[in-house]
Amino acid sequence: MGAYIVRRALIAIPLLAMISFAAFVFQHLSPLDPAEVVLHSQGVPKITDELIAETRAELGMDRPFLIRYLDWLVSCLQLDFGKSYVANQPVWSLLGPALLNTLKLTLVSVAAILALSVALGVACALKAGRWLDKSIRGLSFVLTSAPSYWLAALMVWYFSVKLDLLPTSGMDSARSYVLPVAVIAIGYAGIYFRVIRSSMLGNLNEDYVLYGRACGLPESTLVRRVLKNSLQVAISIFGMAIPTILGSTVVVENLFAWPGLGTLSVRSVLSRDFPVIQAYVLVLAAAFVLFNAVSDIASAAVNPKLRNDL
Amino acid sequence: MNSLEVSNLKIGDDATGRALVRNSSFLVEPGSCTAIVGESGSGKSLTCRAILRLNPAGLRQSGSIALGGVDLTKLSEREMRKIRGRRLCLIVQNGMRAFDPSSVVGVHLRETLNRHFGWSRAEMTARMGKAMESVRLKDPVAVMNSFPHQLSGGMLQRIMIALALVLEPDIVVADEPTTALDTVSQYEVVEQFASLRARIGCSMIFVSHDLGVVRRLADEILVMRDGEIVESGPTRKIFSEPRHAYTRHLISAKEALNRRFNHVMGGDDVVDR
Ligand SMILES: Nc1ncnc2c1ncn2[C@@H]1O[C@H](COP(=O)(O)OP(=O)(O)O)[C@@H](O)[C@H]1O
Ligand SMILES: [Mg+2]
Repeated sequence: MGAYIVRRALIAIPLLAMISFAAFVFQHLSPLDPAEVVLHSQGVPKITDELIAETRAELGMDRPFLIRYLDWLVSCLQLDFGKSYVANQPVWSLLGPALLNTLKLTLVSVAAILALSVALGVACALKAGRWLDKSIRGLSFVLTSAPSYWLAALMVWYFSVKLDLLPTSGMDSARSYVLPVAVIAIGYAGIYFRVIRSSMLGNLNEDYVLYGRACGLPESTLVRRVLKNSLQVAISIFGMAIPTILGSTVVVENLFAWPGLGTLSVRSVLSRDFPVIQAYVLVLAAAFVLFNAVSDIASAAVNPKLRNDL
Repeated sequence: MNSLEVSNLKIGDDATGRALVRNSSFLVEPGSCTAIVGESGSGKSLTCRAILRLNPAGLRQSGSIALGGVDLTKLSEREMRKIRGRRLCLIVQNGMRAFDPSSVVGVHLRETLNRHFGWSRAEMTARMGKAMESVRLKDPVAVMNSFPHQLSGGMLQRIMIALALVLEPDIVVADEPTTALDTVSQYEVVEQFASLRARIGCSMIFVSHDLGVVRRLADEILVMRDGEIVESGPTRKIFSEPRHAYTRHLISAKEALNRRFNHVMGGDDVVDR
C-alpha cells in the first residue's frame, strides 16, 4: 500500500508540470498585451508605446520565454502568483481566502452528497422496484433535471423570503451554508445515489452474497459487504467529483454571493485580471490532479486488487 | 444424520408465468450422494437453491422439503438462517466469486463460525486450520489472510469444503463445484468431496456435467431436462440400462468422448476415472 501511494504520487508530478506549462502558454496566446491591461486598470490617461515598453520591462516580459516560465513556476510553488493587475495586491492575498471559502463550501457539500447518496442508494437498492425506490428516483429525476439557478431561486424564495429562515447571501454563520449546499448537493446526490443503487444491485446478485446467505449469515452482514464493495465504484467517482464541484461552484457562489473562487474568477474574467485567472486555473487544475490521486489511493485502500495496477 | 425428502417441488417465474421446475420428488438417504445431471438451463441450480430457500423473491416455489422430518418450507426466515450453514451447506460453482472480494477469506470463515458456534477466535483458527490441512491447503494461516483474488479457483473450492468439514452439516449441496476448474484441480477437488463425505458422514447433492465425476461420487442419479426429472435410479443401473432417450444420449456422448480420448492417447480400452 505504501509503495502504491508513492507510485501514484509520482504520476501526479509530470501532470502538474504539463498543466502549469499550458497555463503559462495560454496566457501568452491572448491577444491582449498584459502591459496595456495594467496601464488601463491603473487609469493612465494616455498610453504611449514608451509607457508600454517600460511597463513590460517592469513586469519582466522582455526576458526569454522559458526563463520566464521557470521563474514563474518557482514563485508559484511559493504561492507567489504575482500581483493582481486590478487590485494592486498579491494574487494570493485574493486567491487564498477565496480558495479556503470555496473549499469549505465544497467539503460540506461533498459530505452532504455522500450522506444523501449512500442513504438513498442503499434504501433504493434494498427496496428495488417497490414504491419507495420508484418515488425517490422519480423525485430525484425532477430535481436533478432542474437548472441549479432555478432551484436556487425557488429555495431562496421559499426559505428566505417566505419563511425568513435562512440568509440569502454571504457567509456569516453556519446557516449561510444551508441553501448553497442544498443546491449543490441535490444536483450531485441525484446522480451519485443512482451509481450506488445500481452498483449495490449488481453486487447483491453476486455469488458471494448467495454463498454468504447459504452459510447462514444475517442480511445485515451481507448488506455491509455489498455496501463496501459498491462504495469502491462510488469512491473513485466521488473523488473526481470534488474538483468538479470546486469548479462548478461558480454558479452557486455567484447566486449566493459566496466569497469564494467562483465569485473571484468571474470578477477577474470580467476585469481581465490575468494573474488571478492564471492562478485560478492553476489551483483548480492542481486540485483536480490532487483529488484524483487521493481518490485512487482511497479506492486502492478498499479494493486490494487495484494496488497492483500501477 | 438425517435424510432429505423433496416432494412435489414446483418453481415458477411470477413475471412470465413460466414453469421452471415442474414437479420434482426425490429422497436423499442419510450419508448417500445423489447426483443431478442435465443440460444447462434444466433447473439444477434452482433445485439446489430451493432446498436452502435461497431462490430470488420473484420465483414462486411450492412443495415440501423435509430435513429429518422437519418441513423447511414451514420454518420462519430466522429458523431457516440457523439451518443454513449448520445443517445444510451450499458449495457454489465458481470459487473465485464465492468470497467477498474486498476482505481476506478468513473474515468470511470466522463470521460464519461465529454465527453457529460460541468459539473463541483462536479455536476457530485452530479448527479451520486443521480442516484446511486435511484438504491439502498448505499454510492455512497465510491462506486465511489472503484475498480471494490471490488464491486459485481450486484452492477457494477447497476452502469451502474445509468450512463444510468444520460445520459438519447433515447435507452438502454442491452446485457444479468442478465446472470452473482445470482438469488437475478438478480431480483433486472431487477427491476432497469424496473424503468430506467419508469424514463427516453427511449426505450430498452433487450437480455435475461430468458423468465420470458422477460415477465416482454418486449413489443415485437424477437426470433433469427442461425442469423435469426424466429419470432417476441407482448410479450403476442408470449407466448400465438407461431407459430415457435423453439419458442414453448423455451416456453415449460421454462414451464417444472417452473412446476418442483413449484413441488419441494410444490406449484401446475404455477406462473410467
Ligand atoms: N431468477 C430467475 N428468474 C427467472 N428465471 C430464472 C431465474 N433463475 C433461473 N431461471 C431460469 O430457470 C431455468 C433453469 O435455471 P437453472 O436452474 O439455473 O439451470 P441449470 O440447470 O443450468 O442450473 C433457466 O431457463 C433459467 O433461465
Ligand atoms: Mg446451474
